[in-house]
Amino acid sequence: MVKARYQTAFRLYPYEKVADQDTPAPKRHSVVIIGGGPVGMGLALDLGKKGIDCLVLDDHDGVGQGSRAICFAKRTLEICDRLGCGDPMVDKGVVWNLGRVYRDESEIYAFNLLPEEGHKRPAFINLQQPYFEQFLVEEIRRQQAKGAPVEIRGQNLLTSLTQNDDHILLDVETPDGPYQIEAEYLVACDGASSPTREMMGLGFGGRVFEDNFLIADIKMQADFPTERRFWFDPPFNRGETALMHKQPDDVWRLDFQMGWDIDRKAELAPEKIKSRVRGMIGEDIPFELVWTSIYTFRCCSMEEYRHGRVFFAGDSAHQVSPFGARGCNGGMQDVDNLAWKLAAVIKGEAPDALLESYHIERKHGALENIKNSSRTADFLTPRNPAHALFRDAVLDLVEKHDFARPLVNSGRLSVPCTYDDSPLNAEDGLPQGPARSRPGSPVVDAPLGDGFLLDRLKGDGFTLLSINCDLPADVEVAGHHIRTLSIRAEGDLIAERYLGDAPAAVLLIRPDQHVAGRWPTYNARALDEAFNTAMGRT
Amino acid sequence: MPDLILTPNLEATDDFYEALLNAHEGLDEADIHALNARLILILANHIGKQSVLEEALAVAGA
Ligand SMILES: Cc1cc2nc3c(=O)[nH]c(=O)nc-3n(C[C@H](O)[C@H](O)[C@H](O)COP(=O)(O)OP(=O)(O)OC[C@H]3O[C@@H](n4cnc5c(N)ncnc54)[C@H](O)[C@@H]3O)c2cc1C
Repeated sequence: MVKARYQTAFRLYPYEKVADQDTPAPKRHSVVIIGGGPVGMGLALDLGKKGIDCLVLDDHDGVGQGSRAICFAKRTLEICDRLGCGDPMVDKGVVWNLGRVYRDESEIYAFNLLPEEGHKRPAFINLQQPYFEQFLVEEIRRQQAKGAPVEIRGQNLLTSLTQNDDHILLDVETPDGPYQIEAEYLVACDGASSPTREMMGLGFGGRVFEDNFLIADIKMQADFPTERRFWFDPPFNRGETALMHKQPDDVWRLDFQMGWDIDRKAELAPEKIKSRVRGMIGEDIPFELVWTSIYTFRCCSMEEYRHGRVFFAGDSAHQVSPFGARGCNGGMQDVDNLAWKLAAVIKGEAPDALLESYHIERKHGALENIKNSSRTADFLTPRNPAHALFRDAVLDLVEKHDFARPLVNSGRLSVPCTYDDSPLNAEDGLPQGPARSRPGSPVVDAPLGDGFLLDRLKGDGFTLLSINCDLPADVEVAGHHIRTLSIRAEGDLIAERYLGDAPAAVLLIRPDQHVAGRWPTYNARALDEAFNTAMGRT
Repeated sequence: MPDLILTPNLEATDDFYEALLNAHEGLDEADIHALNARLILILANHIGKQSVLEEALAVAGA
């Protein structure tokens, strides 16, 4: 038996019996992914598109009901563009750039998330997590039709695992009973309470925040603005905070801070929730409750994201508070980082050392996310009198003085991580160039011809980008053919973001669109070296 | 022209705020007051200029 732990919103991969369940010896797969949440599905899609045989096991048969994540960041959309499913997300999603912060009844300030032109994708869209996952699965189906070696098995529950030298043996429970399979590599994308992590006896250290938040996703027709509205100490939730945010399908996310000592059951009674909602939106607007839940949160991380042939990605490796929308957005950066490395090692193009860099780079990213989301939590939930003292002082000052604005912390929204100090980075050959395109940074989008730069960097391997500088007709790097993109730029955003004061630049760009190295001119030797470094062949 | 800077000027806002809160970790009310008094005196000395300090006092008291 495989018990359902939650209700599904969409049944996307109903259980079907497969041949593996009847073979006398366990069948071996290159990559087995435990968990078909956004991270597991994203990884399967990325690996499948690279021709890597991978199998997703999920203990349910579809996407869980109830939207947890709603805010998807620009970098996530760019990753999904690379994976082929950015468009349906942006088409369905609600685009927003403006945030407003209130205290009591008055607005204390407003901010624009992306006060910068020249990006294909907006700073954020709001989209219910079930849709996000559905679009990933739909793209997997399209890729399967084109021959991508991905398989999804619903109602397949991992129950135990044994690591061996060259594979991992998995015990899987199904509605037809247990069976075994082998995996060359296992990626645990099984969420914050990761059973894989438990089975391996690995820790998940961090901090629990003593606070409760009530989420009420409601459906209503209302002409509230498409903005993120955040309240400190509003009349309808005295002494606490509140958040209002629009989602597709006339659904709105309302989030009420509640403090630590609450009667969960009483607070979850629909009538009680409805009266809270009316306090916020007024008595006159009709609405229905779509999904409600009370959550508490913690900020935790595993020590190591790699244990031999087992990798941890997404919430199984690290968990953050929801403030800043860094959970799923961070998890998608794990996918982006791990897929090309696993593919390169499995294809024999890179040594095992490349996989080590997954832990180094993504732990760096996770710690940055944890730091930011913990700071927000400390601002919202003062833990001692001094915290409250300074928070109130900041809020007192901000109404009159601009300087206090950056001190208000209602969420530092997810931005992609730059892998400074990564072992995969080449020494910066253009140190006077713009800091935002230094080695380790994700490529910043910019208009290019009729489209955008990132649209030209979606192919599989590495890309050599040259700006105002000629490349040889056929570039070979460390014995590999490499795709090139030669462009001209002057006085435009590409020049501003990639050249600064330099007349020309050559950049080596990784498959995950991070900069591996940059130079003022084409230099075959430096490039060979940088490529080897970026492939973990040091 | 007033000399007191009232536009954002911190080099690393969030790092500073975290350090400020950390400095208060575990203190009782009297110790919090004492710490803040010392901190104000140290920063005042660093600023030095009387007109700026008087303006800051006025802004904080307003
Ligand atoms: C209230 C709230 C709001 C949030 N808002 C945002 C936001 O706006 N933006 C954002 O980026 N993030 C947000 N998050 C975080 C986001 O929801 C998570 O980071 C994201 O779901 C993590 O994805 P995942 O794939 O790692 O894990 P999960 O989504 O938890 O998926 C794990 C999967 O593994 C399966 N599984 C578990 N055990 C087994 C097993 N033994 N065998 C087989 N399968 C198994 C589960 O059924 C599930 O399908 C929010 C979270 C909460 C709680």
